[in-house]
Amino acid sequence: MKISYYPGCTLKTKANNLEKAAVASLEALGIEVEEIDRWNCCGAVYSLTADDLIHHVGPVRNLIRAKEMGADKLVTLCSMCYNTLARANQLMKDDEVKRDTINRFMDDEIDYSGEVEVVHYLTYLQEQVGWDKLREQVKVPLTGLKVGTYYGCTLQRPAEVGIEPMGSYTQMTGLLEALGATVVPFNAADKCCGSYQVLGAAPGENSAASAILNSAAGAGIEALATSCPLCEYNLGKQQQQMLEKQAIEQGVPTFYFSQLLAVALGIDPELCRFELNDGQSLELLKSKNYLAAA
Amino acid sequence: MTLRINDRTLSRESIKNLNELSGENVKLCMQCATCTGMCPMAAEMDYSPRKVMHMAQFGLQSKLEEINTYWKCASCHACTVKCPRGIDIAKVMEALRQQTLRTNTNYIEPSEMSAETIAELPQIALVAGFRKMTS
Ligand code: SF4
Ligand code: SF4
Repeated sequence: MKISYYPGCTLKTKANNLEKAAVASLEALGIEVEEIDRWNCCGAVYSLTADDLIHHVGPVRNLIRAKEMGADKLVTLCSMCYNTLARANQLMKDDEVKRDTINRFMDDEIDYSGEVEVVHYLTYLQEQVGWDKLREQVKVPLTGLKVGTYYGCTLQRPAEVGIEPMGSYTQMTGLLEALGATVVPFNAADKCCGSYQVLGAAPGENSAASAILNSAAGAGIEALATSCPLCEYNLGKQQQQMLEKQAIEQGVPTFYFSQLLAVALGIDPELCRFELNDGQSLELLKSKNYLAAA
Repeated sequence: MTLRINDRTLSRESIKNLNELSGENVKLCMQCATCTGMCPMAAEMDYSPRKVMHMAQFGLQSKLEEINTYWKCASCHACTVKCPRGIDIAKVMEALRQQTLRTNTNYIEPSEMSAETIAELPQIALVAGFRKMTS
C-alpha cells in the first residue's frame, strides 16, 4: 500500500519529531509514504475574507501536485496544514465562481476541482489499519500511561472540515487505547491554546495555554497527545516559563500522538527525536520503562 | 455599554462593507453571548465578541476601529461552531482585521521581534501570526 503525503514546513524542522515518528510508524505497518513533489507552504491559516482568493493559491497548488501524481487521497499530519488544505479543497469543490477564477489565475497548472481527498493521518490510520489491527502490532503497550487527547482547534473546526465534531475525541482515543494507554478526559480538551497569539505574548504568559495545562493536571493526566506543532509549542515548549511565572502548578509532558505510536510499535526512539520535545517528555517515557525494549 | 443611535453613529455603509468582506450578515445576531462564553481570549479583549457584534450591527465604524477584540482573536472557530444564528464570527473578526490591515497598517511589527523569538517559534506560528496581524 502506498499513500501520498504532504508534510508542511514546520515538520521538516521544529516539529520533525511529529513527522519522523509518523512516517516510521506507517512504514512499520506496511504502508509506503510518498511525499508529493515540489510542495509549498500551505499558508498556515485559511483566508477568511470573501474577496481574498490569492491566499488560496498556495494550498490549491499543493492539491494540484497530488492530483498530478495520480493520488486520490492526500494525507497530512500537521493540524494547521490539514485545516488549510481541507478548506481550500472544499472551496474548489463547492464554489464554482471562485474555482474558475483560481484555475484561470493559475493558467500554468492543470485545472483543479477538488478531486483529491484531504485526509488527516489519524483518520487514515483508523480507516486503513483500524484500531484492532493496530493493537495486534503493539510491541510495547503503554500500560499505565494516563493520556489526555488534545486535538487543538484546527483538527475539529469549523465543522465542515473537522475530523470529528467539537467535543468528540474518538479517533485519538481509539489510537491511544489500542496502544494500551488510558485516556483521561479533561474539561479544557476543546479549548484553544492561544494559537498564533503567542507572537504578542510575553514568554510563559499565555493564559489560554496555562488554563489547559492546569485542567489536564487537575484531571490526573500524565501526558498530553497532540497533532499540531503550534499547540505543542504553546503547551510544551512554554511550560518551563509558565512554571517559573507560576501560571501552572505542575508540568504535563506533551507529545505528538505519532511519537507515542512509534514507541508502542517498538520503533527506534532516535526516530522520535525526543530532543525536540520539552525534556520531561523523554524522562516520563524512561521512568515508565517504555523505551527499555528498543 | 450604551449605544446611541443617531445619524452619526449608524453607518449603513459600514454594515454593508463588513457584511461584504466577511460574507456574513451581522444583523442576524440576537445578542445571546454564546460566542463570548466560548471565546478563549475574551479575558484579553476590551470588548467581548458579543459586544463587537452589537457594534457591528449599528455600524459603529470609528468605535470598531479603536478596539482590540479582533487583534486578540485566535481564529479558534469555537464561536463559529456554537453560534445559534449560524454566524461565522471568525469571519467577521477577520474582516475587521482586514479593514485595518488594508490601510497598510501593521498590528505587530516583525522587525521589532527579537531574533531569538523568531528562531524559536515554529514556522506555522510566524506565518499564521503575520498573515493575521500584518498587512
Ligand atoms: S453567538 Fe451568534 S447570535 Fe449569539 S451573540 Fe454571538 S454572534 Fe450573536
Ligand atoms: S474565533 Fe476568535 S472570537 Fe471566536 S471564540 Fe475564537 S478567539 Fe474568540
